Amino acid sequence: MIRLIIGLFTGSLFGAGLVIAQMTDPSRVLGFLDVSGHWDPRLGLVLLGAIVVHAPFVMWSRRRAKPILARSVHLPAQSRVDLRLVIGAAVFGVGWGLAGYCPGPALVSASTNPSALLFTLSMIGGMLIHDRLLSRRVAPAVFEQRTHSDEAVARCHEVSA
Amino acid sequence: MDQFQYVPPLIGGALIGLTASILLLTLGRIAGVSGIIGSALTRPNRDAFWRYGFLAGLIGIGSLMLSHRGAGTSMHFGPAILLAAGLLVGFGTRLGNGCTSGHGVCGLSRLSPRSVVATAVFVATAMLVVFAVRHWIGGAT
Repeated sequence: MIRLIIGLFTGSLFGAGLVIAQMTDPSRVLGFLDVSGHWDPRLGLVLLGAIVVHAPFVMWSRRRAKPILARSVHLPAQSRVDLRLVIGAAVFGVGWGLAGYCPGPALVSASTNPSALLFTLSMIGGMLIHDRLLSRRVAPAVFEQRTHSDEAVARCHEVSA
Repeated sequence: MDQFQYVPPLIGGALIGLTASILLLTLGRIAGVSGIIGSALTRPNRDAFWRYGFLAGLIGIGSLMLSHRGAGTSMHFGPAILLAAGLLVGFGTRLGNGCTSGHGVCGLSRLSPRSVVATAVFVATAMLVVFAVRHWIGGAT
């Protein structure tokens, strides 16, 4: 129950941050990505603000024995940069540049904006297609470590801090 | 351009960073939206409860804060573009294990080499696509 409440609270706070930062406005996002036109640097400030706040907590959490409500911090086990990561990021980048939506802002806008709703449903479809294709076709020997890794940065790895 | 236009992006970003910190310190989790959606879809177990809460929070706050604005702020892309972009974003974030929040905010804050590379790649490709659409195709925007 407490986990559900934490989830609800952090989700709301995260969504509020996206709205205040105007990440939910695709024209703002595309303005940041349009480096050859009237470049709008403001989206970079969102990332900067987030990192400036988050990085000290990351360092602090590394010195703590464990999180308050979990046995360990769940970090991605994979640490090597591989082709899969690069291709995945590039494919995501193409979609982001086409519509100006990334997953968070799309979901936040989905209930009030039909464009965002369509995008979100299609995005969920894309995720399911990926899971179908790559859990069947790819040889287990090659991707054994990765078949369960498909959840973005959330694949778990026990880190004894 | 007045200086106050830089305040909302910084405040919004700070809130996002604060959220990521709360998740890390309480549940030991990464605030990566694509990962949270993906895991909520494919791993519906007790451990995923916080993810449903997170997603409900995102959708709920969106409907509260954005409903008065209507669809006026949106750019009217054709459904084909939205469908294609959604598919690419969904597929790509799963393949690359993260999106703007997981790699961009959380990964860069941890100085994860994978996230640094991923962020550089998706920002660069997105910029290329915007360039191509606006200058070569002369698209909608």
